[in-house]
Amino acid sequence: MSAVLLIAEFDASGLKTATRQSARAAQNWNLPVDVLVLGTANAAALEQAQKLSGVRKVLHANAAHLTHPTAEDATKLLQSIAGDYNVVLAPHTSQGKNILPRFAALQDVGMISEALEINAPNSYVRPIYAGNLLATVDNKAGLQVLTVRASRWKPVDADGNAELVEVAAPAADSRVRFISVDHAGGERPELSSARVVVTGGRSLASAEKFEATLGPLATQLGAALGATRAAVDAGYAPNELQVGQTGTIVAPEIYFAFGVSGAIQHLAGIKDSRVIVAVNIDPEAMIFQVADYGLVADLFDVVPELTAALQK
Amino acid sequence: MKVLVALKRVVDFNVRVRPTADGLGVETAGVKMSVNPFDENAIEEALRLKEAGKATEIVAVTLGASTSQEGLRHALAMGVDRVIYGEVAAPEALDSLAVAKLLKAVVEAEQPQIVLLGKQAIDDDAGQTAQMLAALLDWPQAVAVSKLTVEGNAATVVREIDGGTETLNIDLPAVISADLRLNDPRFVKLPNLMMAKKKPIGTQDLSGVAAAPSLKTLKVAEPPPRAAGVKVSSVAELVEKLKNEAGVL
Repeated sequence: MSAVLLIAEFDASGLKTATRQSARAAQNWNLPVDVLVLGTANAAALEQAQKLSGVRKVLHANAAHLTHPTAEDATKLLQSIAGDYNVVLAPHTSQGKNILPRFAALQDVGMISEALEINAPNSYVRPIYAGNLLATVDNKAGLQVLTVRASRWKPVDADGNAELVEVAAPAADSRVRFISVDHAGGERPELSSARVVVTGGRSLASAEKFEATLGPLATQLGAALGATRAAVDAGYAPNELQVGQTGTIVAPEIYFAFGVSGAIQHLAGIKDSRVIVAVNIDPEAMIFQVADYGLVADLFDVVPELTAALQK
Repeated sequence: MKVLVALKRVVDFNVRVRPTADGLGVETAGVKMSVNPFDENAIEEALRLKEAGKATEIVAVTLGASTSQEGLRHALAMGVDRVIYGEVAAPEALDSLAVAKLLKAVVEAEQPQIVLLGKQAIDDDAGQTAQMLAALLDWPQAVAVSKLTVEGNAATVVREIDGGTETLNIDLPAVISADLRLNDPRFVKLPNLMMAKKKPIGTQDLSGVAAAPSLKTLKVAEPPPRAAGVKVSSVAELVEKLKNEAGVL
């Protein structure tokens, strides 16, 4: 039987957008699409999964040890149902990245990471070198395993009526013990999926000025804070804020770059942003070559003025 | 306890990469190469395990073209005890699964308790090798680790996940992949680099390991460039354009 299996992700508020988007990516093969829900899902997530347009079945592995699934346990489950599928995919999230390579290796097949385009049945376009280049890659394997950059696809509608099927979960792998999840970051959104990102470079000049200058603007915009590698290396911002090829690759609706020169590896990490705004006192700064809107000015003048303008 | 570190030599992150003239690959001729930054985190963590008395021997391995041995020199200069160059027939065509199969053969020969490697290489950005190696060995895995604590035959790891961290306790032996936050790799001092040039590089013949790739790259191209933007002259104009032209505020 030929079909596509999508591994769903959800949180307390229900199915994640990335899953709705991936459900459209899954339609590329013109095969029935089933959705796998791991763990003791809330009723909302299951109901929303059943309503995903074009989905045939929702498979629910209702086991407590799959609620925070380890790669070991998730792949054991996938192994038990893989025979029914010739495509297994997930959004390119930390969960998908953790589980699917392990599954692919157990199936002795190669895997595609972060497909941007799917040319069914087995050809893909994917980013390499942090998106500086795009590679067209064929996967000769009989079973296609991939993660997709979900934001490349529009979410499917909620007019489906999929059958809900309980599937048995194999016993937990006792060698791996889940301890805890810590959703850090305070009230600011997560860098990799934020709608707005406010980034500062080395011109911020100190850790105190970094937070005091950019913090209020980020709060006003509901934005994630980011930093260049130079600012991180100088100790103005913690490592986890680093945006770029060697940090976090971002693709927000608006990316604000303040005092950012535009090093290659930084530009690589922001180039998929929808709108890039750059403020730099140096009119020759590389960042202006990719910015949709550039303002040659001192960021210490601009940021407070912008924050005040947005409060109106 | 022995720790095996697998490293890859990649185009340095400061280099602007370009497709080759035939559009089948990436231009590497005359381009600065470095050890993959995440693999440097892996090397550093292994060295710290040894300095803390948890590990007794650190062995680094690399595959690839003969020039990738320079990466092993770097690892020696950082302080690893021994290095292995894995010889394979067609290193340029390897995909992550093939690399995992080859590394499995090295693991079987070396019998480490921990295999450490970067969470991904900054060239292919696949992020698969650690997980695949763990699968083939049937070992536990810990991916994108930012904190590692080894206690006897187990390790507590903090993993970077979307929007936070996850803490696991895993039995050893295990495969662990390093996130950037795991540590700050030490700088290599010139005298250490000179000494590393005199140290021997061990080899392991991996040409007999079945590792045919299933992925084939047909084309490498630059993405369409971003359309040229405009300069604005004031904050007021910027806000107006973001609201009315871009529609993002």
